Amino acid sequence: MDADITLTVDGQVRQVRVDTRTTLLDALRDRMGVTAPKKGCDHGQCGSCTVLLNGRRATTCLALAVAHDGAEITTAEGLADGDGAPHPVQRAFLDHDAFQCGYCTPGQICSAVGMLDEARAGHPSAVTTDLVGPVELTDAEIRERMSGNLCRCGAYVNIVAAIQEAAR
Amino acid sequence: MNPFEYRRATDVAEAVAAVAERPDAVFLGGGTNLVDHLKLGVTRPGRLVDITRLPLDRVEPLPGGGVRVGANVRNSDLAAEPVIRSRYPVLAQALLSGASGQLRNLATTGGNLLQRTRCVYFQDITTPCNKRMPGSGCAALDGYTRHHAVLGASPQCVAVHPSDMAVALAALDAVVRTHGPAGQRAIPLVEFHRLPGAQPERDTVLDHGELITAVDLPAVPATRRSAYRKVRDRASYAFALVSVAAEVELRDGEISQARIAFGGLAHKPWRAQRAEQVLRGAPATAATFQRAAEAELVGAQPLADNAFKVPLARNTLVSVLTELTELTGATEPTQEDTP
Amino acid sequence: MTGLLPARVIGQPLERADGMAKVTGTATYAAEHPVPGLTHLHPVQATIARGRVSAVDTAQAEALDGVIAVLTPANAPRLASTEDPELAVLQSDEVAFRGQVIGAVVATTPEIARHAAGLVQVSYVEQPHDVALRPDRADLYAPDKVNPAFPTDTEQGDVPSALADAAVRLDQTYTTAWYHNNPMEPHATIASWDGGDLTLHDSTQGVTAVRDTVAPVLGVAPERVRVICPHVGGGFGSKGQPHVHLVLAALAAKAVGRPVRLVVTRQQMFALVGYRTPTIQRIRMGADRTGRLTAISVDVVEQTSRIKEFAEQTAVPARMMYAAPHRRTTHRLAALDVPVPSWMRAPGECPGMFGLETAVDEMAAACGLDPIEFRVRNEPERDPETGRPFSSRNLVACLREGARRFGWAHRDPTPRARREAGWLVGTGVAASTYPAGRIAGSSVTIRFGPDRRYQVETAAADLGTGTWTALRQIAADALGVDYAEVDLRIGDTALPPASVAGGSTGIASWGSAVLDAAEAFRDKFGANPSEGDEASGGMPDNPHTERYAMHAFGAQFAEVRVREDTGEIRVSRLLGVFAAGRIVNPRTARSQFIGGMTMGLSMALHEQSVLDQRFGHIVNHDLAEYHIAANADVAELEAHWIDEHDPYVNPLGTKGIGEIGIVGTAAAISNAAHHATGVRVRDLPITLDKFLS
Repeated sequence: MDADITLTVDGQVRQVRVDTRTTLLDALRDRMGVTAPKKGCDHGQCGSCTVLLNGRRATTCLALAVAHDGAEITTAEGLADGDGAPHPVQRAFLDHDAFQCGYCTPGQICSAVGMLDEARAGHPSAVTTDLVGPVELTDAEIRERMSGNLCRCGAYVNIVAAIQEAAR
Repeated sequence: MNPFEYRRATDVAEAVAAVAERPDAVFLGGGTNLVDHLKLGVTRPGRLVDITRLPLDRVEPLPGGGVRVGANVRNSDLAAEPVIRSRYPVLAQALLSGASGQLRNLATTGGNLLQRTRCVYFQDITTPCNKRMPGSGCAALDGYTRHHAVLGASPQCVAVHPSDMAVALAALDAVVRTHGPAGQRAIPLVEFHRLPGAQPERDTVLDHGELITAVDLPAVPATRRSAYRKVRDRASYAFALVSVAAEVELRDGEISQARIAFGGLAHKPWRAQRAEQVLRGAPATAATFQRAAEAELVGAQPLADNAFKVPLARNTLVSVLTELTELTGATEPTQEDTP
Repeated sequence: MTGLLPARVIGQPLERADGMAKVTGTATYAAEHPVPGLTHLHPVQATIARGRVSAVDTAQAEALDGVIAVLTPANAPRLASTEDPELAVLQSDEVAFRGQVIGAVVATTPEIARHAAGLVQVSYVEQPHDVALRPDRADLYAPDKVNPAFPTDTEQGDVPSALADAAVRLDQTYTTAWYHNNPMEPHATIASWDGGDLTLHDSTQGVTAVRDTVAPVLGVAPERVRVICPHVGGGFGSKGQPHVHLVLAALAAKAVGRPVRLVVTRQQMFALVGYRTPTIQRIRMGADRTGRLTAISVDVVEQTSRIKEFAEQTAVPARMMYAAPHRRTTHRLAALDVPVPSWMRAPGECPGMFGLETAVDEMAAACGLDPIEFRVRNEPERDPETGRPFSSRNLVACLREGARRFGWAHRDPTPRARREAGWLVGTGVAASTYPAGRIAGSSVTIRFGPDRRYQVETAAADLGTGTWTALRQIAADALGVDYAEVDLRIGDTALPPASVAGGSTGIASWGSAVLDAAEAFRDKFGANPSEGDEASGGMPDNPHTERYAMHAFGAQFAEVRVREDTGEIRVSRLLGVFAAGRIVNPRTARSQFIGGMTMGLSMALHEQSVLDQRFGHIVNHDLAEYHIAANADVAELEAHWIDEHDPYVNPLGTKGIGEIGIVGTAAAISNAAHHATGVRVRDLPITLDKFLS
């Protein structure tokens, strides 16, 4: 069963026909050619498909495209500005070599951007001791908040350093 | 994945009717569990009724000091809600220990309650599973059981409920509000999930077409302390081996009130009433906590790979209660770091 | 720096050449290449572990709108060669392991293909299967050699007598789990035929190897197969050689006459793309009263598949690590009804050094020696096996430098002596090693382009290792020009052939060929070439290979915390010091070391593919149940290296760094866990239940 939906992807309004079974991730990758979000597990278990969905970080492999008709999506590609200058988080990832194979990287970066917003808004994490106070973004906080993005190349310590730099 | 019809509901009654009229219809919330199962073939509905645009996304005060949480409130939003952080820390901590930031931004309160087990055999359609296919047998019973139940299981099913949030809600005496074909009802959370018995295919007491609309949290006195502790195989982003949600009130060094629930031990969030009985009126000492844990776990029936869950649950409960009652250190006195 | 290419650009911590493409998500991986008319394949897998397919009912699947073809052993095109049973897909009805591909659906969309695959009804004649790896099996056998070409067994001196006479003895068994490589990018292939020409977009560690392996299987000349792979989303050995999906995609594309894409699902990866065998290592050691080893004996039992042999060289590192006059190593295999094992990061060294380095820790304690001092006392002057000198061996330097950085000097060796707020704290050390090898067969062409830049071409791979950057740095120095004047093209069989990115040989092999090509270019055209000037080179033989034992070494230090009441274990510090020859790019090299160590931590604490013997398959076959380390599992983690000048390994002086980081990590962590708790965990992974009573 097909459905026609509209998505705003990296600032562009686009219409696309999807199977009702098509996930947001597959709609982006297979139907729209937007391949910055990656498919690593297809089951919400790795975070490679993370984008900013209506401004918040979200996995796209367990979201049905048809249920997100009208959504605004920013991928890692859309985070960089039009002139090719990287987003500060992307710049920090480059500076700290916070990746190797690059496959989890767009998801890590979208997740980091969303996570920094959450921390700025004062949202606690599982390692926050004072649930009501302001968030101090320690290394332990970043590690916990970024644990939904697996990296098999093992760049975690560089990812944490990059995000610390971007947070400053 | 079988093809299915997609419908977006605009009000609760319409949503309920759209599911109730077809036996193979289901509600779609955040999708983080349902879509997973659609891909695996664990469930094959013919119709999905999307309820995410229903106006069930508010956290509101209730008369008398409680809080009503709309079924569509996202896990991340609920954890960030000031009233939850200040008055229901056990719930905020439970939410934050579940899944990952990007999943919590999708997952809803109602959907979290309806999470299905992570039993590997349930998720693998090439193996028998009474929960997935009633009567086919339980592959877990004599299989890989590290994550399985030690309390309340049946020969038909040894699966555990995976939710963290629900464990906290069980300790909080929360109430699930539903709207179904037969009308509305309020179900105490501790009665909401079932033990498997002879019908492991039924996770909850919900009828077909019955929609969760809200979860009510009772008022809590300012003197109550609560905490959630989750023990797992990875430091984050993993399901619980054992978790403990605990609320206590102290009066003059005695425990005047205690509410305890375990996660990771049973087919449902396990309200530890035997432990609570031991605790109530007893002095807040390590010995009391130990006795309370043992009273609850005495009937545990471990499987081949999960005997460790019994001491783990015991020690975790003792540790949480120790921290909540502000005794210093863990089960043994700490000693200074030796160089 | 005699004999080595002078370093100018080499040694600079340059940013990755492909970095911007990767952080913006615009680097193109195998499944992402836009190919017109693409169709989608979903495999059908066996649900028995042994037997044969007796009937396949494809009617329901074929009736589905959008289904183009349903392939089965009955109707699939024949392959030209079925010599490699792993690749001989749909060529017979025999089922050799659960999860084997026994059919495939090609459809217009991935959703339809997957749905239809579920509608294919398969009947089997089932035979009893045997998947149990046990050291007491009667049918264990000695393979002819172990991976890639080491002797299966070795023996020197008189081990039984030496053990009997030893003042200090150890006899323990260590086991490592079944591991899956699990690169983040699932294996994927797009196959398109144009007449007799085949183009494959594949996620691979070696396009040349893919072409040369697959061409004879499909019965086409290698020059009519083009394999393209500019970026690889990790491989860790599992993309080192083609697996069944590649042949299946090509076969299906031929059958339907349209391009076919096959993206292996995460779950399917647990059956179809290789894994590391579980190992059972019985280790016996004898030492004299001064802590000098007199005997080392390592007997390994591991598995292979019934249809294809892969023998992990687990005992091989025990042959060269420590001096002892009496030595013996053996490998025995059980051929089981299981998927085909293959390479996974540091085959042999990775599991083997867990057993050996844990045993060494136990021996050191039994001899009353600090584990670093024990290793120093047993440092061999020459390779104990061959008697050859080491081209360079800086294990002791790594141990000493690591001890200094880690703060080892004031360590109280008493186990279970340090508690901090309910956590038991301990530290441990282990050695690392990996051979410094090269693989022949690479060619490099250098061309002077119209833009007055040097185009360097070879079919090498970058699986996150930094090839795009490091090879360009080598080319710049080889040509004596700036980095910015060099363009690099890799990952395409249209370029000169290159060896596989495996065995930590990439930079040494391709880099040597770059150097050779640059020399040929300058010899021919001098310093002022003209547009279009072109020269090629290959990897020259190394006369030192037969004269020296060539290995990289390292030392890893871990600090571990174990919660006293729950047994929860955390690695609070991990520090590695490596001696791996010259480092081409410190920035990307550091990432390789920390990446290997992180994977070693993951192996130590988390990883384990759980086999259900009743069914014969891995039941925790996804990333929620097969845990790899998450960000929160890694706290302080540092990698350092010492300057090492080795004029013998190759003209670049590099030793290869992709694998050594994972070697020894698990032992350092288990040794630290023992120091923390007094509990010796000899069976990985080190999970909390092992500390609970």
